[in-house]
Amino acid sequence: MSRLPTTTHTPLLWEYAPSREATDLVEIEDRYGLFIDGEFREPKSGRWFDTINPATEEKLATVAEAGEQDVNAAVAAARAAFEGPWGRMSSTERSKHLFRIARMIQERSRELAVLEVLDGGKPIREARDIDLPLVAAHFFYYAGWADKLEYAFPGAKPRPLGVAGQVIPWNFPLLMLAWKLAPALAAGNTVVLKPAETTPLSALHFAQIAAEAGLPPGVINVVTGAGETGSLVVTHPDVNKVAFTGSTAVGKLIRSQLSGTGKKLTLELGGKAANIVFEDAPLDQAVEGVINGIFFNQGHVCCAGSRLLVEESVHDRFVDKLKRRLATLRVGDPMDKNTDVGAINSRQQLEKIEELVESGQQEGAEMYQPDCPLPSKGFWFRPTLFTGVSQSHRIAQEEIFGPVLSILTFRTPEEAVEKANNTPYGLSAGVWTSKGSRILWMADRMKAGVVWANTYNKFDPTSPFGGYKESGFGREGGRHGLLPYLDWSEA
Amino acid sequence: MTLAHASDRSAILPDRVTTPTLRTFLRSVPSVDEVGVAERVASLSTRSIKKESKRAALDLIVRMMDLTTLEGKDTPGRVAQLCAKALRPDPTDPSIPPVAAVCVYPNMVRHAVSCTEGSSVAVASVATYFPSGLADTKLKVEETRMVVADGADEVDMVIDRGAFLSGEYFKVFDEIRRVKEACGDAHLKVILETGELATYDNVRRASVLAMAAGADFIKTSTGKVTPAATLPVTLVMLEAIRDFHDATGVMVGMKPAGGIRTAKDAIRYLVLLNETLGEGWMTPEMFRFGASSLLNDVLMQIRWLETGRYASPNYFTKD
Repeated sequence: MSRLPTTTHTPLLWEYAPSREATDLVEIEDRYGLFIDGEFREPKSGRWFDTINPATEEKLATVAEAGEQDVNAAVAAARAAFEGPWGRMSSTERSKHLFRIARMIQERSRELAVLEVLDGGKPIREARDIDLPLVAAHFFYYAGWADKLEYAFPGAKPRPLGVAGQVIPWNFPLLMLAWKLAPALAAGNTVVLKPAETTPLSALHFAQIAAEAGLPPGVINVVTGAGETGSLVVTHPDVNKVAFTGSTAVGKLIRSQLSGTGKKLTLELGGKAANIVFEDAPLDQAVEGVINGIFFNQGHVCCAGSRLLVEESVHDRFVDKLKRRLATLRVGDPMDKNTDVGAINSRQQLEKIEELVESGQQEGAEMYQPDCPLPSKGFWFRPTLFTGVSQSHRIAQEEIFGPVLSILTFRTPEEAVEKANNTPYGLSAGVWTSKGSRILWMADRMKAGVVWANTYNKFDPTSPFGGYKESGFGREGGRHGLLPYLDWSEA
Repeated sequence: MTLAHASDRSAILPDRVTTPTLRTFLRSVPSVDEVGVAERVASLSTRSIKKESKRAALDLIVRMMDLTTLEGKDTPGRVAQLCAKALRPDPTDPSIPPVAAVCVYPNMVRHAVSCTEGSSVAVASVATYFPSGLADTKLKVEETRMVVADGADEVDMVIDRGAFLSGEYFKVFDEIRRVKEACGDAHLKVILETGELATYDNVRRASVLAMAAGADFIKTSTGKVTPAATLPVTLVMLEAIRDFHDATGVMVGMKPAGGIRTAKDAIRYLVLLNETLGEGWMTPEMFRFGASSLLNDVLMQIRWLETGRYASPNYFTKD
């Protein structure tokens, strides 16, 4: 008698029960003023705006909009701190302040991660496991440089520039803050920071942390608002250094506004990165890398691998694998610990994505989306693939900044390089192959600031990051990241 | 890759199976990037499984378990105790289902069969000169016939790792094929002993070789070599199973074995399975845990879900 289980087991259709991160970790105030000279102030402009949760469209808080007088006050406070306590402070003390901030970020990382999710729509898994650890790591890293600047660049006597005006985007609000603030402060500058209008809250909570850490008033000033406020910051005559991360269009505008002013400028702008998969690649890991490359943070990533170049001989197999993987992405409530793809950051961004996806269909590319349910409220877009994309399609040329992947093919390594570089951008690229020599051959020829080999979207504070061409100039991270914040001229 | 009609394992094999043609065939198996595998596993390990989804998982883990004793000091009495535990894992809670199978040494098959007679619990026997597998093929086939004649429903064979590592692919392939023949109706699980294969490229190739040769299940380890089952090596094997199914239409089962001791770990394996192969494999017919101490931890977790309290380990029988 066969005693193999004779009853046929019904396979388990295993749904993961909702597992929401507690949101009562963070206390959101009704109203946030401007953080100027170490305190929160009512805006002289008298103007306020609301910030909402993009996953529910519910209002989170009312935030001050900084006008000209407010920005003037912020720059004046930064100047006073630069000439006063911060400028006179020994580099060892400066370093201690940064270490303290780094530790406080670690201690409050759950709270800050929740805030990042509420205000920005990204999944808690990413905010918790990627954003916040990197934020703390950036402060730790640059805290270490603060009292070693003379050793960082042997033979030079670097000095701080003065007041830095920094404008950051909404995709990684706190991480971009860390990329900007940590090297600026380590180099001895003071800062006026303008966070994005859709995600101001984490910067304001960070300001509280900095105050609690005992940072002298005026060293960090946070002026919230939209493009107009940003423009006031970067064009202010008493700002010595401008750093901007955001769209290429705004970057070009800033550059033209700043020409002839003598201000130092770094720009970290858009991208249209190619992820290049060769036939001999570790295919299943390449699938993960391509998925991570474009769907990480809903594709709101300047270095997103938004173009897949796949060798023709494995195209069909690879696309089948991608489609199957796409169906397992969990789209929805960003506060659920099992969510992979969260909410689109704003209605405006959603409309831009929809418009470009529409153009892709009209231009003849074939679209694939998994049949996943989407919440009824909030801003959502299904993970999307386009096959049969040509270089001349808009979806192959323009930055979509959303969860949309354009798939093209190539036959030879030369063709892959040509297609990868045939874009106004040059921020990043990925190469997937088991052949080491080919990785080096490709990396030599890619016009991209970062080339990842058999991985994608890896960030580390010790590694410089930045673009070629219309992706901007200047580097953030590493020793290179100190350069834009230091004066090299003879004393 | 197109799906073969019906289920045909030979669909992916070369016309003439020899060591050189098998070598060429195995070189076409996609390579594996270790860092990428580790990263995927780390990401899936953060899945938060709570409430009813945790309860469903724990119940399934019990039903997927090959409760194992593979000690030199095993006796018929020890096997009888194991079988009693297999049939009714928690004497105080009749709602806990029996496990899938007991897994024993060849000499113990008869005893296990008599203790599980008339139940849904299958008897699995290790065979082919477990754990080293270093014996003549004829002896391995003979041992397989013996355990099947004694009533084993499932045979857990080991591959000849030495032959695999030295590139004698036909020897490995042919041995699996002949053991499969000797199994008759019994299910064949092929143990790769991944801890000795060392690289994920080897693991993936050995998986494909075993599946092409007739394995009903592929299994990570004997439990006698460290490392035994790990999440990354299991992911590599699941991906091989997925490609094999795409190419041949044949669904091959998976059994991680050795070193899985906690319910939390076991749930992570289920997450890998669920998100790699999906619903079709979420059944004891397609996935097993080879474990001995795991069962009590799962029972403790079930008790906790039902009562809200952790019971002392003293309340769970040790067999």
